[in-house]
Amino acid sequence: MAIAVKQTARKRDAGRRFAGPGQREALWGMLCVAPAVLGFVLWYLGPLVASLVLSFTDYSVAGGASWTGLDNFQRMFGSDKLFVKALKVTVTYALISVPCRVVVAFLLALLLNQKLRAVPIFRAIFYLPSIVPLIASSVVWLWMFNPDFGLLNSFLRDLGLDKQRWTYSSDTVLPSLVMMSLWDIGPMMIIFLAGLQGVPGHLYDAVSVDGGNAWNRFFTITIPMTTPTILFNLVLSVIAAFQTFVQAFIMTSGGPNNNSLFYGYYLYRKAFQDGQMGYASALGWVLFLIIAMLSVLIFRSSNRWVYYEGGA
Amino acid sequence: MPATVYSYPGGALRRKTLRILGRMLLYALAIGGSALLLVPQVWMLRSSLMDINQIFEYPPSWIPNPWQFHNYPKVFDTLPFLRYYKNTMTILIPSVIGTFATASLAAYGFSRLRWPGRDLVFGMLMTTLMLPYAVTLIPTFLIWSRLGLVNTFWPLIVPSWFGGHIFYIFLLRQFFRGIPRDLDEAAVIDGANPLQILWDIILPLSRPALISVVIFSSLNTWNDFLNPLIYLNDDRKFTLALGLAQFRGLYNSEWHLLMAASMLVVAPVLLLFIIAQRYFVEGIALTGIKG
Repeated sequence: MAIAVKQTARKRDAGRRFAGPGQREALWGMLCVAPAVLGFVLWYLGPLVASLVLSFTDYSVAGGASWTGLDNFQRMFGSDKLFVKALKVTVTYALISVPCRVVVAFLLALLLNQKLRAVPIFRAIFYLPSIVPLIASSVVWLWMFNPDFGLLNSFLRDLGLDKQRWTYSSDTVLPSLVMMSLWDIGPMMIIFLAGLQGVPGHLYDAVSVDGGNAWNRFFTITIPMTTPTILFNLVLSVIAAFQTFVQAFIMTSGGPNNNSLFYGYYLYRKAFQDGQMGYASALGWVLFLIIAMLSVLIFRSSNRWVYYEGGA
Repeated sequence: MPATVYSYPGGALRRKTLRILGRMLLYALAIGGSALLLVPQVWMLRSSLMDINQIFEYPPSWIPNPWQFHNYPKVFDTLPFLRYYKNTMTILIPSVIGTFATASLAAYGFSRLRWPGRDLVFGMLMTTLMLPYAVTLIPTFLIWSRLGLVNTFWPLIVPSWFGGHIFYIFLLRQFFRGIPRDLDEAAVIDGANPLQILWDIILPLSRPALISVVIFSSLNTWNDFLNPLIYLNDDRKFTLALGLAQFRGLYNSEWHLLMAASMLVVAPVLLLFIIAQRYFVEGIALTGIKG
């Protein structure tokens, strides 16, 4: 109590030094964040509004723009089969890849949370794939997926199994890319690990005292206490999955049969190959709305399954 | 999960045996997992050192014989990779400096200075995490192209001087908040202004977080593909990532050269990771802490 009083007194002194009760400090504060706030306006808010406006036009690189109202959106949901395809591909990929990634990252984090020797080495190795530039990992995975000489088919051959065509067949291209996406889960695993290490030990002791076994400890303590971390990773990886681009660009060009026509790649083609900036802006806004809706849904659902300490 | 192994009922001896078996299982999983995750990288390295015949052999061997080191000079002969390195660094260095300066300023303003509406503004900036690039890409491109700056490095550098990515501000803010307030209050009494406090007290105490930010923003620029793809179209201006994509387009089936080219892009990153591994891990872990 005495300390608190002393600190407030000191704060008041400090405020006085800054002249005006805290006014100087406020001014400095706003000055410090000014570049970042300006950046927010210039690179996020401004373009967001501009692309909404563009999405109601037929702006093209070839020539001018005129207001076309809802035409772009009608075209999307009415006649553009490729848009529907891109949406389907992307949603399917996200639906499979995100849960797999979250589960695998969580399991790896649990493994590293055990008292093993050489944990730092394992951690570094598990993390390593995620620093490899996506363009380089796309190239090496493409080589491993090669149906004739690739590493994966030679494994299958060793096991006496049939060859697969991996990214070269419309049936297996998405599962192959999901498999590839399980490779670079390092950051997610590290965040889970931090979450696991933040679980207070006395909670586990309490379960043990009550006669609970490791299974009980896992389901009554570990999982509930790490749900905020699960939420965080879930949201970020959904957003990332919806923005998949490089794999389609480098590995498959959206094929075969448009079965890896990711939304981001389709948008890129519309904007920068066909020059249809207006239509591409509309595509961008639809993606934005989808991601925003999904995020809201996940956050809404979170008060049913996420446990916040102190009930906040 | 694997911890269940410990909890079988039974005698002390049996429990001990199970415990040892459990440990062995955990190690087997960790070692097996590591081996699996290392395969693509090792495969890239191994393929980059083989000649065209070895690369198509079955069963594939893991050790090149003979070692084809001249795949690397050949890559440099085929495409100007040295220039790609130079271009990449020309973008990277000013971007990282800009991110460092403006992100630490912003993080300071959001964590240690009090002003009305602060947390609201920070929350607003955090929403950009959920904004897909696709929705801002086109207007941004159109503006740069109006300014006649497409096919220059400016569009790739300038945004870093406006706070960079919110992720860095968030990371630094988390760290700054953990520094005891008494320190800056003492400095205020000594007559220091906020910028002096940031420079003399906060930054020196935040070295690990700052190093993480420098590493992540370097890596981000190095690995960036979409922005260079959109803004650079003269191949004399290409970055490494674009150069590799170009190479992949030109030499579709010469996998040994393609792998050597990939190694040229990956090797510096791997080196950085080996030197500064802990800052990667600590930086990421910091953002996972709720706040």
